[in-house]
Amino acid sequence: MTDQAYNFAYLDEQTKRMIRRAILKGIAVPGYQVPFASREMPMPYGWGTGGVQVTAACLVPEDRLKVIDQGADDTTNAVSIRRFFQRTAGVATTEATAEATVIQTRHRIPETPLKAGQILVYQVPIPEPLRFLEPRETETRKMHELEEYGLMHVKLYEDIARHGQIATSYAYPVKVEGRYVMDPSPIPKFDNPKLGNNPAIQLFGAGREQRIYALPPWSRVESLDFDDHPFEASKAAHDCDLCGAGHSYLDEVITDDAGGRMFVCSDTDFCAGRRAKGHRGRLSSEGVAPPPHPSPTRGEGGASLDAMVHVNDPLASSPPRGEGMGVGGADPEGTA
Amino acid sequence: MTLMERMTMTDQPLLRVEGLTKRYGQRIGCADVSFDLYPGEVLGIVGESGSGKSTLLSCLAGHQRPDLGRIAYDGRDVLAMSETERRRLSRTDWAYVHQNPRDGLRMGVSAGGNVGERLMAVGARHYGDIRGKAADWLGRVEIAADRIDDRPSAFSGGMQQRLQIARNLVTGPRLVFMDEPTGGLDVSVQARLLDLLRGLVRDLGLSVIIVTHDLAVVRLLAHRLMVMKSGRVVEQGLTDQVLDDPQHAYTQLLVSSVLQV
Ligand SMILES: Nc1ncnc2c1ncn2[C@@H]1O[C@H](COP(=O)(O)OP(=O)(O)O)[C@@H](O)[C@H]1O
Ligand SMILES: [Mg+2]
Ligand SMILES: [Zn+2]
Repeated sequence: MTDQAYNFAYLDEQTKRMIRRAILKGIAVPGYQVPFASREMPMPYGWGTGGVQVTAACLVPEDRLKVIDQGADDTTNAVSIRRFFQRTAGVATTEATAEATVIQTRHRIPETPLKAGQILVYQVPIPEPLRFLEPRETETRKMHELEEYGLMHVKLYEDIARHGQIATSYAYPVKVEGRYVMDPSPIPKFDNPKLGNNPAIQLFGAGREQRIYALPPWSRVESLDFDDHPFEASKAAHDCDLCGAGHSYLDEVITDDAGGRMFVCSDTDFCAGRRAKGHRGRLSSEGVAPPPHPSPTRGEGGASLDAMVHVNDPLASSPPRGEGMGVGGADPEGTA
Repeated sequence: MTLMERMTMTDQPLLRVEGLTKRYGQRIGCADVSFDLYPGEVLGIVGESGSGKSTLLSCLAGHQRPDLGRIAYDGRDVLAMSETERRRLSRTDWAYVHQNPRDGLRMGVSAGGNVGERLMAVGARHYGDIRGKAADWLGRVEIAADRIDDRPSAFSGGMQQRLQIARNLVTGPRLVFMDEPTGGLDVSVQARLLDLLRGLVRDLGLSVIIVTHDLAVVRLLAHRLMVMKSGRVVEQGLTDQVLDDPQHAYTQLLVSSVLQV
């Protein structure tokens, strides 16, 4: 049931056209950050206003929308965005990746391979992969323009020097079609291989920073690395304790006060689908009812469960932004 | 190096500057500066504060665009280059040593990362090689190997300046711009740095343009000297000649004032 006080999908047609132009430009220049005039949305910035605007500009009445947050369909953030579009666009919704035509996501790419015709919309907090190294916007723009990306490797160098390996595990930078270096949003690097050669359209929306960028289907996407420290799409060395999957991205979940832990698929749809087909994990033995899928209440609202549950939280583990590696004074040469 | 050695090395200047002029509104930054710099030559630029030394250097290094004049590097018209070309040149063939090391270093990046950056900027993708070269260069500027993972903020001023030099020289540039490289340092630290610079310049056969107000620095490093006043070159020649037998009244004043120090 559509709320008649709003235009279809909340945004007026002119705004959607403006956003679609930005999206098309993004698709035409893969990995390039297209500025757009981000609109006020009835939710705070941290809740994915960029993604929501991109989704709004893409939706048609026939769409079937799925919304995930850290792979889960039932977190506060995912539920509220899904409800928002149910109300403002009246579109059908689903939790099944295979059935969705548009999927809005925060921090994950679904495990079930995407298909041609699907659109994956990412919520992006910080679109600029060079920001952490070079805070000056004029300078980062120039660096993209001139393909001066040596600084990205300085970051990886620092990782190895300090930790013995590339410790960056979220928002792992990629190079698109051999040209633009792109921040894939804080997805785990486990998901990076799915960015490339993907039959679906991938769109990235940053609301606060007013940027849209895109990966058209079948884009060539390479994760940056060193010859002697090649990129590795790592994950916890466990199987899912609920469905037994050995190749899905896992969340570590604290189960009790006594240090009990379990590993479960972060993609709830994928995990449930496997269990429905009879797959079982370590903690779902025959005869015993499997524990309900832990559904941490995510969202920047900061639910108390948050700290307890998601050990893998990128915002907790990534280095503090804005610490900066920039060269001191104004140095037009950039590399000093 | 003697003049004769220099002349027989090549007769093609590495850098040729003609009529370079830069104004800031009505004020003159530098005016009508012309000179040739030959491979392996060190040119000192001296003059009191405000005489246009930094303006000239930044125009030469491509940090500012002059209003008039021509700059040819290795036969190529620098001012006609695209920005991509010029920035590429400044990462490969050129180097720029700032007076304040904070302006030329990434203070949040380790010493090794600072030295490795230029290598990575020109495509080095082997961590072990990059680290090896960084370690080698730290050694050459007399920074202990075990400081490779420390940030420059933990270094003394002299060490920071030596690190900046290593970071600049690691890619084997041919032309180095230096703006008061010994500026903010204690006298004893200055002496050590000058010694080091002299060795590197000689060993690597670098061409250098060094700006300073310190005549002792040019006496030690520069083959040739350019004296600037109010944005203009008032005298140029071989360093010893200019310092021992200054022709222009202003140069005489400069030289005598240093004698008083
Ligand atoms: N950014 C600027 N804007 C305006 N005037 C400047 C600027 N930089 C330098 N100047 C002026 O240009 C002249 C030369 O300055 P500068 O090149 O810094 O000399 P030096 O390095 O020899 O001290 C001075 O009169 C100075 O005030
Ligand atoms: Mg100066
Ligand atoms: Zn599972």
